[in-house]
Amino acid sequence: MLTYEMKEILQASVKTGWILEPLAKRLFSLAGMEVPRYVSTKRVEEAALFSKQIGYPVVAKVVSPNVIHKSEKNGVVVGIGSEEKLREIFDRFSKIEGFIEVLVEEMVSGVELIVGATNDFQFGPVILLGTGGIWAEIYKDVVLRMAPLTRKDIDSMKRCLKAHPLLEGYRGAEPINSEALNQLLLTFSDLVMALEQDFESIDLNPVICDSKRCVIADARIMLKK
Amino acid sequence: MAVIGLSMTNERHPANVIYNKNNLRLKVKAFPVNERGGTYHGEKVYTKVSEIPEAVDLAVIATRAQAVLEILNECIHSGTGSAVIISGGFAEAGHIELQERIAAMAREANFPFIGPNCLGIYAPPHVDTFFIPSERIVRPEKGRVALISQSGGVLVDHMVKSAREGFGLSMAISIGNKALIREIELLGYFSNDPETDVIAFYIEGFEKNEGRQFAIEAGKCQKPVIVLKSGKTPMGGRAVSSHSAALAGDYEVFSSVLSQFGVVEAKDEFELIPFCEALCCYQKPIDGRIGIITGSGGHGALAVDTCLSHGLTVPTLGGQDQQNIRERVSPRIQTIASFTNPIDLTGSAVDDDFVEAVNFISQHEAIDCIMILLLPYLPGITTDLGARLSQIYQQSGKPMIGYVPHVEKYLMFVEGFQLNGIPVAHSIEEAVHMAEALRRHQPC
Repeated sequence: MLTYEMKEILQASVKTGWILEPLAKRLFSLAGMEVPRYVSTKRVEEAALFSKQIGYPVVAKVVSPNVIHKSEKNGVVVGIGSEEKLREIFDRFSKIEGFIEVLVEEMVSGVELIVGATNDFQFGPVILLGTGGIWAEIYKDVVLRMAPLTRKDIDSMKRCLKAHPLLEGYRGAEPINSEALNQLLLTFSDLVMALEQDFESIDLNPVICDSKRCVIADARIMLKK
Repeated sequence: MAVIGLSMTNERHPANVIYNKNNLRLKVKAFPVNERGGTYHGEKVYTKVSEIPEAVDLAVIATRAQAVLEILNECIHSGTGSAVIISGGFAEAGHIELQERIAAMAREANFPFIGPNCLGIYAPPHVDTFFIPSERIVRPEKGRVALISQSGGVLVDHMVKSAREGFGLSMAISIGNKALIREIELLGYFSNDPETDVIAFYIEGFEKNEGRQFAIEAGKCQKPVIVLKSGKTPMGGRAVSSHSAALAGDYEVFSSVLSQFGVVEAKDEFELIPFCEALCCYQKPIDGRIGIITGSGGHGALAVDTCLSHGLTVPTLGGQDQQNIRERVSPRIQTIASFTNPIDLTGSAVDDDFVEAVNFISQHEAIDCIMILLLPYLPGITTDLGARLSQIYQQSGKPMIGYVPHVEKYLMFVEGFQLNGIPVAHSIEEAVHMAEALRRHQPC
């Protein structure tokens, strides 16, 4: 399942120890998983052109090998409504330690989930589905299953979540596209098995699901040391 | 069986205890072995295994660790079938290399052994390698549960506690350092053992990726597999760099994966024994739709609460169903009993009322497990009830779980159920846990 380009991404990230968000997203999109439209660049003109094409508001995130948790370093800004604001953020991000470039992407909204994987000593690749976002560790609403996942596993993972009603359309909201989430989890499961020798843990947090699709809004792959 | 390492001066030596109990009370023919030879209790002591004039199926090695390698080598070359290595002083004492050498030697010769640093195999009436004097142990009955434990102490404790709990053991094995034969091999063995219906493990941890293999094999196993795990809490915090790593702790993964593959996890020692009892009686998984029959409204209400908080359901019976049961029970309780589920037959109920109610519920599709909360102090109830209800189970195949207070005075009621193949809990909560164990393939 690993293509030449995927292997190149892994190779290029060995030294850093983890795969930076733009490369991680590239890897997941190569595997057939959906990511937001994005551009990752040092040049603010390029980012502004991209934002104009897809339409504001957009999201900007700092790309730096020194910043694993971006929000802790104020390295994420959502709802950027103008080029002026975008330039301001570029300026600020460029002063963050280890700055490489800025990832600018479309705003996505919906139910926030975490899809993750760990490479367990006793059980090998294990997949996690839970209530996502920056407070995922506080809610601790997660379900774990050993990979590879079957459709039966996926059904029971969704059913076992406390946030299960959110997937089905809570209080008049439209239900999420369940099949899109199934597909995302199945593809992720295959990818995780293919990466068994390489990864230590993976966070797709959040994965944002709405009635149409499930999109990986943030991604990080920690590699084995 | 050869018992190697017999002491001429210390009767409490493990080898002496093992030799004596097997020689005096078990079917196996035991031969004492000590490198100095001589006689022991009038029997010839062989200086080595190869001197024994008959074929040896099992060598029990209870010497010091340094002597084991050579003895094992001799066992292999003299055609001995297998070994239990009781001796400690291997990996647990830091001598990892010595342990690896004996394991490698056995592996190369395709020679099975249990241990080292273990009690070995308890399989009466044939053999018992536990170095515990017979009079010190409460002997469990022969039965259909295989108990496998990394810790000898935990194993014996559970054997003692299981002795009067309505099930018996097909075999108990203490695997100690599990240098060669590990949980997974024994899972495979007992999966195919016609004398075993339930396989229960006490596990401290697995080697790299071993848990994966164990889970997959347990998932394929047709028999219920129960696991009690220790080491649930991490020693101190660990630095983690991702949400997933923080959320998927070692124990969370262990517990989730085993339930994914249908393994029943006993959360503590209070669950292991009742789970063995319940799963020994019923191997077919249920969905968990419980029908509760009792003589006390309070018992029924407590049971409903506990069922619901454990993900079981208690379906309400329709008006026609209620009417049908009402017509079957004694006239004197028809107007005072409640037939909704829980069915409260009241303190005026007699055996026949329980039999009628259970009979009806056992035919009802909405219910797949019946919980009978018995109050043995009710004047109309007799010790015959367990036997009568078990006949209904024999016909309908719908699992029943009893609750009777386990005080000495009521043990006849308890046995009335247990001896007729119905598991009996010590508390209402335990009865619910038993029902939960019967679900098996339902992780939430």
